[in-house]
Amino acid sequence: MAADDATLNDNQYLTFVLENELFALNIGSVREVLELTSITKVPRTPEFIRGVINLRGRAVPVVDLRMKFGMGETRRTVNTCIIIVEVELDGEATVLGALADSVQEVYEMESSQIEPPPRMGTRIKAEFITGMGKSGDRFIVILDINKVFSAEELSLAADAGRGQTMPEGRGVAVDAGA
Amino acid sequence: MSQDDMHRMAFREEAAELLGELEASLLALEGQPGDQDLINRVFRAMHTIKGSGAMFGFDDIAAFTHEVETVFDKVRNGLLQVSKTLLDLTLSARDHIKTLLDPADGTEAAVEQEGRRILEGLRQFSPEACAESRTSPPPPEPARGVATYRIRFRPGPHFYATGNNPLHFLEDAAALGTMRGYLHTEAIPCLEDIDPETCHAWWDIVLGAKSSLSQVQDVFSFVEDDCELTVDLIDDGEAGPDTGISKRLGEILVERGDLTPDDLAQALAAQKRLGTVLADSGLVPKAKVEAALVEQEAVRDIRKTREPAVETASSIRVAADKLDDLVDLVGELVIVQSQIKQAVLGTNDPTLKSLAEHLERLSDDLRDSTLGIRMLPIGSTFGRYRRLVRDLSAELGKEIDLVTSGEETELDKTVIERLGDPLVHLLRNSIDHGVERPDERRAKGKPPRGTVVLSAEHSGGSVVIRIVDDGRGLDPTAIRAKGVERGLVPHDAELSDKELYNLIFLPGFSTAKAVTSVSGRGVGMDVVKRSIESLRGAVDIDSDPGRGATITVRLPLTLAIIDGLQIQTGRECYVAPLSLVEECVDLPRDEAGEGDKIINLRGEIVPYIRLRDFFGIDGRPPDVEQVVVSSVEGNRVGLVVDRVIGEHQTVIKSLGRLYRDVEGLAGATIKGDGTMALILDVPGLVRAAVESGN
Repeated sequence: MAADDATLNDNQYLTFVLENELFALNIGSVREVLELTSITKVPRTPEFIRGVINLRGRAVPVVDLRMKFGMGETRRTVNTCIIIVEVELDGEATVLGALADSVQEVYEMESSQIEPPPRMGTRIKAEFITGMGKSGDRFIVILDINKVFSAEELSLAADAGRGQTMPEGRGVAVDAGA
Repeated sequence: MSQDDMHRMAFREEAAELLGELEASLLALEGQPGDQDLINRVFRAMHTIKGSGAMFGFDDIAAFTHEVETVFDKVRNGLLQVSKTLLDLTLSARDHIKTLLDPADGTEAAVEQEGRRILEGLRQFSPEACAESRTSPPPPEPARGVATYRIRFRPGPHFYATGNNPLHFLEDAAALGTMRGYLHTEAIPCLEDIDPETCHAWWDIVLGAKSSLSQVQDVFSFVEDDCELTVDLIDDGEAGPDTGISKRLGEILVERGDLTPDDLAQALAAQKRLGTVLADSGLVPKAKVEAALVEQEAVRDIRKTREPAVETASSIRVAADKLDDLVDLVGELVIVQSQIKQAVLGTNDPTLKSLAEHLERLSDDLRDSTLGIRMLPIGSTFGRYRRLVRDLSAELGKEIDLVTSGEETELDKTVIERLGDPLVHLLRNSIDHGVERPDERRAKGKPPRGTVVLSAEHSGGSVVIRIVDDGRGLDPTAIRAKGVERGLVPHDAELSDKELYNLIFLPGFSTAKAVTSVSGRGVGMDVVKRSIESLRGAVDIDSDPGRGATITVRLPLTLAIIDGLQIQTGRECYVAPLSLVEECVDLPRDEAGEGDKIINLRGEIVPYIRLRDFFGIDGRPPDVEQVVVSSVEGNRVGLVVDRVIGEHQTVIKSLGRLYRDVEGLAGATIKGDGTMALILDVPGLVRAAVESGN
């Protein structure tokens, strides 16, 4: 039974939309999907980390995937969702939220239907992509969630973000003191 | 992790605890060398380590402990006196066992040599022990009759999983004398439901033996925690064969706890009493029967008053993370409850209102008792300091007594764990810098033995820990000179003595003239101060030059919930710990400008930080901003915010790994409407602002 579950999970993907493009995450890393609730901004952090939400009493950081991929800030609509995922940050299981314009469906794809990521021509970094699937004649970009939310991605970006959002000089001095 | 590893880990944990107990008992024994109770505790701890060590394959530990135990067996039987040398050796033996438990690579040879040295020393105490090693005969017990014991041995369901076999214990017990057992099989399920790895059977045993009660208990001592065990002496064998009146069936059942006295009384009431039978049959006149009954009653009453009250305190062991989960859940419940309260305020339904009030009372009680479970008496760590003081004063050639009080003061488990290192450091400091050598003390007219007092007490919502020594105290002139030399204070600054003393908590300050192995190694008092502040506590020092110094550490009772002040800046709400807040005032408009960020508070100059600027929050501030004046490291600092909302019971939630480098934030909490608010780390915020030259 357990083995069956694993194989079922393995080729099931949750598809969602970011600026009219179809993306997918392996269902194994997705914990749940929430409606967009109120996000509390944490100051002195990069813009694309939108803040924290209250997930049944836990503070869960929410990342704006569109900003992360350079598509501009996610706007609030009735379809906007937070996908709660579990990733490994420095070997530690961490729960994070990812903003999506809308969530579509759980889609089944055999590994034979998935093609390796193209080496160029995609909007987002190739290393974030595990493969390309197809739904009808639309492409689905399958994301490697552990790469997108790796410690380096989140912290390197944090430094860059600090410089941008901080009034002049302050961010640098804080880093030196930390 | 394999089953085996799990057992070994369990043993390590258990042994660490036993070693702690062993150390505490040994140190106490130093003060009261003749205390039989302490000697027994030492013996029991070693006995258990030996037993379970052998069981889980720690043969080196078992063999080593056996030798130590042999010596203490002599002490227990009065053949050997407790002496300083013996205690020294036993303490190093304890340390050695600890090393054996957690061997470091590459030190095997040294460890082995240390073990041989200790055993060599111990053998001096028991020459015959090395001659015949394991089989030394037990010391002759005073001649005694055959006593009768009633044993109920009920192995827990996981008894087999710990590698035990109940039959071995029964065989050991049988070896003590004559045994009759009754096997209870009623708990064994039918064959198809049976789990062969679970122990279902249990025994009632009657044992006739010449052994003492503790010897009988010793048979089961390895598995005490894994079974229900009662051993009762039902006949001490002192009485002759004729006087023994055998107990009635009902009495035995009640004594065994199988029948409650009430049930017995009921069953007996249904039965015709002997008196009634006799009176009815006319063999004895009714009046005489009643007279006899009165006598019986009186005797019974007298006996009853002699019976000692038996109290049973029971405790269970629970994994710490389960408790943490429980605290989390209760925190969530408290939040939901406050949301319900808010929601109900808007309605007029009286039933709903009274239910909400009821829920509030319940959840408050639940929160208090749950947080209470995590509270541990601080005294559990004092043993460790006793050892530290003992070893350190010997090393430095000083004579110091550690006096402790308030061991029963309770503190959150996490606070106690994280308090250990700072307290060690403070104690070391007192011993190294504070208390003088005996000759120096004599010259000053003080008793040669110094005293360090470590005390803990509750004071309001916090716990106050004091370390008081009667040493030379702090020298304000020396501190001042040092402070000026290090550029920490301007040379013309006017500072009170107390302000000068607190300079020693600044980074880069050390007045120790010589670096000893103990202190002055650069890990300064600033680290102590920081770690205490990270527990949301405060540390303060005062001194009476020539007479001693007092260090006061003030800590919150718990880390999970604080009283907070809710404030608003921009659209977001923040919470500042109320314990630091002194007052809230409006920001005068003429001081809100672009110039110096300073307000004049009743003649005192108070610098302020504008939260809006510091956090880079967009938007226009309101016409009148407010200042939350907080006390940070003895200085007053203002935080300029848009609006002060009010008090807020704050359940602290971690912001998690992602945000751990963000300065000025201590965590998050959940507001009444279910959204999150950030908790400000005011000292951290001030530090960050100062470092960025703000």
